[in-house]
Amino acid sequence: MEAGTAARAASGAPALGAARRRYGEDLIKGLLVLAALVSVLTTTGIVVSLLSETIVFFRDIPLFDYLFGTRWSPLFAPGSFGVLPLVTGTFLITGIALVVAVPLGLGAAIYLSEYAHPRTRKAVKPALELLAGIPTIVFGYFALTFFTPTILRDLLGMQVSIFNALAAGIVMGFMIIPTIASISEDAMTAVPGSLREGAFGLGASRLQVSLRVVLPAALSGVVAAIVLGVSRAIGETMIVLVAAGQVPNLTADARKPVETMTTFIGATAKGDLPTGSTEYKTIFAVGTTLFVITLLMNAVSIRFVRKYRQVYE
Amino acid sequence: MSAHGQAIGPPATSRRLKDLAFRLVMLSCLGLALLLLAVLIADVAVDGIGHISIDFLTSDPSSQADQAGIQPALLGTVYLMAVCLLFIVPVGVATAVYLEEYADGSRWWNRLIEINIQNLAAVPSTVYGILGLAFLVRGAISLGQVVLAGGLTLGLLVLPVVIIAGREAIRAVPPSIREGSMALGATQWQTIWRQVLPASVPGIATGVILALARAIGETAPLIVVGAATFITFSPTGLDSAFSAMPIQVFDWVSGRPSSPSNDFRPLAAAAILVLLALLMTMNAGAIWLRNRYEKKW
Repeated sequence: MEAGTAARAASGAPALGAARRRYGEDLIKGLLVLAALVSVLTTTGIVVSLLSETIVFFRDIPLFDYLFGTRWSPLFAPGSFGVLPLVTGTFLITGIALVVAVPLGLGAAIYLSEYAHPRTRKAVKPALELLAGIPTIVFGYFALTFFTPTILRDLLGMQVSIFNALAAGIVMGFMIIPTIASISEDAMTAVPGSLREGAFGLGASRLQVSLRVVLPAALSGVVAAIVLGVSRAIGETMIVLVAAGQVPNLTADARKPVETMTTFIGATAKGDLPTGSTEYKTIFAVGTTLFVITLLMNAVSIRFVRKYRQVYE
Repeated sequence: MSAHGQAIGPPATSRRLKDLAFRLVMLSCLGLALLLLAVLIADVAVDGIGHISIDFLTSDPSSQADQAGIQPALLGTVYLMAVCLLFIVPVGVATAVYLEEYADGSRWWNRLIEINIQNLAAVPSTVYGILGLAFLVRGAISLGQVVLAGGLTLGLLVLPVVIIAGREAIRAVPPSIREGSMALGATQWQTIWRQVLPASVPGIATGVILALARAIGETAPLIVVGAATFITFSPTGLDSAFSAMPIQVFDWVSGRPSSPSNDFRPLAAAAILVLLALLMTMNAGAIWLRNRYEKKW
């Protein structure tokens, strides 16, 4: 665009060599547009692939039975297709993960932003980012081979199944702590120092400044961090596939095994299913459910952040 | 408070104690978070370190735990990363260049592309697996359960990371550089190719490495597109069946019946250690690049 303006400006003065149309430049711009379209096509591809099979699925299975049915056994004839056990399983584990990760993550963020020496912060932040990148299969291994047998059974003496929602949820909490801590810390550090100084000047203690000035001022960023954690937890497959079992239980008892939406997709797609079979189509129906839930959460988060964002200069 | 004149003096002891307690609680949150993650790594290291050897790296998987190795999985991961790299660098950088240098942000289609990229970053990785299964493995493109399909699926998954990092790197090049180049008669593309891109290479390279570091540990999409869990040959090309490091770990953790005499879990821990070593190397490379070549204008 800048080149275009320059060319137009130059056209009045032939001595400078009037711009001829540069087809090479247009070609390059066209190629760049094509590359940018790849990401749009990705979204289109996701929606089309999910919906086309999901629509076929709902020709066989009534939507009402799917959304409100309480029994999920799609792979045994006659199949039962109530998705509720998968949804409650997903939310049970996500809930446990949040109970672990939100207090620890926010506490770590407040310490780093309000108390820690800058040198400590400079050392801990990259460590947190590194920990956020540990593959989730590692957490699955940890939950199954260490957390359930050693911590839950031996140390706490709990009667849990070897596959259970509790261990998967708690370990998933560990997984999202670095994400929540790191992003909330960014939001808290972005609160201008003058706000803190004002509060200190009025005689507030550091505790009051942290909880009543910095936390409310950074609220939109903190909520965004938590929502990101939630959507990572809902979409997480490997921890639950390895450690939570694959039993679609409609239960709030975290000591039992449960199945989540992601677990079902992973476990069912592992076998090589014939295209067009009902099992194959259930993968897409559950995938659509998962996709819609994460999309809604993302939309709510964006709206919340817009509404409560405080802009300082 | 100031009317009573008490706030000027030292704060009351109870308030001090409360403040100290709060500080300690916050510190223990950070300490506990780091401790838990340290325990996790220590647990894996204790379980796995004894099994790492040259034989482990160069053997095929086996139904006998003491003979099993990770060579096909390791090479599968190398192939996948190569495909992923060849896909994300041109597409990611071109998208970043378009959005930063050409796109008029007030046009609805350009805003659509931006919002779309933000949303893609939040899509669960399993859903990318479903996309790969429906379009790349079967359906329109029908590549089959091969390296190319797996690598492209991972590439689509991490593409937003490269685009976002690339845009930041390009935005960090000051406009004066572009204006200087244009004033000397360069076209827009010459300016981008000879001035803007060379100046933003470190930032882009950092983003690419971080994207690959994310892709290397992804398991779920590969399971859905059909990576083989038990494979005794190394990939031979883009159209070859494949395994990958995280898939091998998954198979050893939960796919294979373990007994006291034939226990595969320590092998899983050893494979995790190899995977973590690869990851740390990549991250260290990214940090080094960022510090070494970071330009302050």
